[in-house]
Amino acid sequence: MALRRCVWLDSLLAERLPEVADPHDVEADLLEIAERVVAMATPGEQIEAVVVHERETEVRAYEGEIESLTSAESRGIGVRVVRNGCQGFAYAGTLDADALIEVLGEARDNVEFATPDEYCAVAQPDGVPVAELDLYRAALVDHPTDAKVAMALELERLTRSAHPLISGVESAEYGDSVSASAVATTTGIRSVSRETSCFLSAYALAEQGGETQTGFGFSLGRQPEDLDVAHAAAEAAERSTRMLGAIKPTSGRIAVVLDPWVSAQFLSIVAGTLSGEAVQKGRSLFADRMGDEVASPLLTLIEDPTDPAATSATATDGEGLATRRNVLISGGRLERFVHNSETARRAGTASTGSAVRGYSSTPGVGVRAASVVGGDRTPVELINGIDDGVFVLGVSGLHSGVNPVSGDFSTGAEGLRIRGGELAEPIREFTIASTIQKMLADLTDIGSDVQWLPMRAAGVTLVIAELTVSGV
Amino acid sequence: MTEADRSPMMLDPELLRDTLSVAMATGGDFAEVFIEDRRSTSAVLDDGRIEELSSGRDSGAGIRVVVGETTGFAHTADLSPAGLRSAAKTASAAARSGGGAVSEIALNDQSGPASAVVELFPSDVSKAEKVALLQRADAAARSADRAISQVSARYGDSQRRIQIANSEGLLTGDRQIRTFFSVSCVATGDIGLQTGRESVGRTMGFELFDQIDVDDVSRRAAGRAITKLEAVPAPSGEMPVVVGPGGGGVLFHEACGHGLEADLVAKSASVFAGRRGEMVATPSVSLVDDGTMAGEWGCFAVDDEGRPAQRNVLIADGVLTDYMWDRLRAQKEGRVGSGNGRRQSFRHLPMVRMTNTYLEGGVDDPEEIVAGTDHGVYVAQLGGGQVNTATGDFVFGMTEAYLIEGGRLTAPIREGNLIGNGPAALLAIDAIAGDFAMGSPGTCGKDGQGVPVGDGTPTLRVARLTVGGTAA
Repeated sequence: MALRRCVWLDSLLAERLPEVADPHDVEADLLEIAERVVAMATPGEQIEAVVVHERETEVRAYEGEIESLTSAESRGIGVRVVRNGCQGFAYAGTLDADALIEVLGEARDNVEFATPDEYCAVAQPDGVPVAELDLYRAALVDHPTDAKVAMALELERLTRSAHPLISGVESAEYGDSVSASAVATTTGIRSVSRETSCFLSAYALAEQGGETQTGFGFSLGRQPEDLDVAHAAAEAAERSTRMLGAIKPTSGRIAVVLDPWVSAQFLSIVAGTLSGEAVQKGRSLFADRMGDEVASPLLTLIEDPTDPAATSATATDGEGLATRRNVLISGGRLERFVHNSETARRAGTASTGSAVRGYSSTPGVGVRAASVVGGDRTPVELINGIDDGVFVLGVSGLHSGVNPVSGDFSTGAEGLRIRGGELAEPIREFTIASTIQKMLADLTDIGSDVQWLPMRAAGVTLVIAELTVSGV
Repeated sequence: MTEADRSPMMLDPELLRDTLSVAMATGGDFAEVFIEDRRSTSAVLDDGRIEELSSGRDSGAGIRVVVGETTGFAHTADLSPAGLRSAAKTASAAARSGGGAVSEIALNDQSGPASAVVELFPSDVSKAEKVALLQRADAAARSADRAISQVSARYGDSQRRIQIANSEGLLTGDRQIRTFFSVSCVATGDIGLQTGRESVGRTMGFELFDQIDVDDVSRRAAGRAITKLEAVPAPSGEMPVVVGPGGGGVLFHEACGHGLEADLVAKSASVFAGRRGEMVATPSVSLVDDGTMAGEWGCFAVDDEGRPAQRNVLIADGVLTDYMWDRLRAQKEGRVGSGNGRRQSFRHLPMVRMTNTYLEGGVDDPEEIVAGTDHGVYVAQLGGGQVNTATGDFVFGMTEAYLIEGGRLTAPIREGNLIGNGPAALLAIDAIAGDFAMGSPGTCGKDGQGVPVGDGTPTLRVARLTVGGTAA
């Protein structure tokens, strides 16, 4: 699915933020608001306030014209109150003074209905130094809207002309975001963060003999000059045209190579099963496997949100603690579950800086930036080593086809056959299925092409000895 | 909460008219002000504890201005005259038109009764009463079977008020109250963990709980998890698929619903583009999208562009009769909208969305449909799905399913996806029963926006779909 949106004007938006004198220094104002709420704590009460501000621009081009220009400016606050081991929560999509009082009052009221829990509390400062990450680019904030519009139009034009079989461009889009957040607690946590990000994405339609195929291309960065318009256009054209003439494969068990875009989605799910919360609540298939061999010895999975190259990099987590490098699986052996402060207390360990949340929710637990240690062969070399297999370029229905509790998975797929070590005909309308447990054990090769994608895990070419392909 | 807090007429018509005048000050073909106020409560029980009660409040305005092919859009959480004026200027700046004449806008109040008669406003029900429902559900699930090892339950209610005014003089509004309850269970068996889930949601107030028994909801969720402990691997390959009553809505939502959305059709990104008047399904198929179904999850009085909800026949006796429309696409075709212009919130532009999509009942006997199937699968509960509208390939998950062997339901099967192609699947429907039922409440995602939708079907059989299991 994809479509429209719309406007922006830097100057007018600034006008709507009278209290923010410098557009490059929003986070100081956010922290002040968070501190103001925390200062209202009464004796015996813990308060945590999370305050966020985000501006987004989105430009969509269609058939040589600007279809829409969107301005999105959002602010919000979430307040958590803990008293006697009970927590209450409330949020609002505004930072008006009246709203802050109302949110705090609602959160306090909600405390009354929770079940007491000795581990329920806001985080304590843990002394772990916050990494110096440079995730903010003034160049993006100062980038003129006209230039963003021009980039979207250029992307649409290049995608359309990238290949003679491109019949249309369903969407060509430039988007960016400038976000800042602050966390303050009665326990002394004071954390601020800010970052910029931008992207280009194109969705191409290729047509031949009445058959249509689709493909996307994208480019990511922290400022517009990081973006590669030609690359995004060429990738969309290649992904759509190479699926033309695709047929449905026959069913069977076969070696499968996962493209980085696909492996990143699976690795995100695997990383999700290592949440301390899922483990404690009996919802992780790895709950009682700590120290066990849970994957092929080739697999080392590391979470590190302090890697500035990760699209999801962040120096602080949802409770304001420093993020850090966590080795999750080492040489196939399960080494670590990730925790926020509450699940860590329950497990008798320290937070791994893995609290994840928005302003409208309490802190959950999750992996932000997982990546595998790459191998030494290129994707082409890996494919050359496979006599008979399937190269999966895209999957669909992950949300309905993967059960992270039982480990069963089955997803829709499309890609190319591999015959005699070479890529062969395109195939579509089939599924790939196995269990997460078996797939990790069946991992036979890892490519050298580890790359950060807009997901919780980096992508890399992976070779799985056997998955079940269901087709004809 | 006072009566004023429940009225859709949140802002004075004069202020809306002035805002529209600012939006059109430099010309434009169309301008619209969309005001929204949403209040929500959610309560979560997990691991035997009421973990939290959360209250949320979000309100603001989305303003769009259309000039030629370009839509300008801006939004603000500031509903003061100054805030609205500023957002209106931002939206109109996108148009970049050379000063057209501004005509006086006379707003004509067309608001009717709100989408549903609410007997018991959730805001009038104590938080203690809401929390008690969760505790009952927990006890019922745990007492259903000793193998139930974990239970989580969620209660949610929301009041969404919208007020819409546009440059054509329209002034209208709606109040939508939705109440939701779900239970998820984990069962632990000899070969691992399995999950079961059940949810109910209606566009009504707390009187929902006069209609449903949370103990039943819990027992159904627990029963699914328990049943799956005995599940065998799902088969792999093409075979007949029988979908139980209420379950098949997702199939139609994905197989053709999205493909009948006029915005995708207009961009030739749908396999159903240009096929009005053609036979696209077996003659027994009549598909309807109906936003007027009182109480259903996807119902409302007016859509998010102010058009009254209506019943739209999409496929009549196998013939494609019409697509679904929003204002922008309808106007380009010189016709009126169909009440399908929806948006997630004031922060989003409206686009074509489904409401309650259902297949009308047929004449076959459900038991005979199963009895007449030699080898296939019976899907009692579907999970989510996904579709590529340009190719028509779609997937949907089965969360409760059984083998059909010799015309009888036999072993339960493990979770997985099914894959098919929309146009082919519609023509392969070879039996439709008369036991129509609505399915579970859903959230439909498109282009990053989620909206509540309902669906329903009687028992039906698709002669051939690909089941994505692992068994040979």
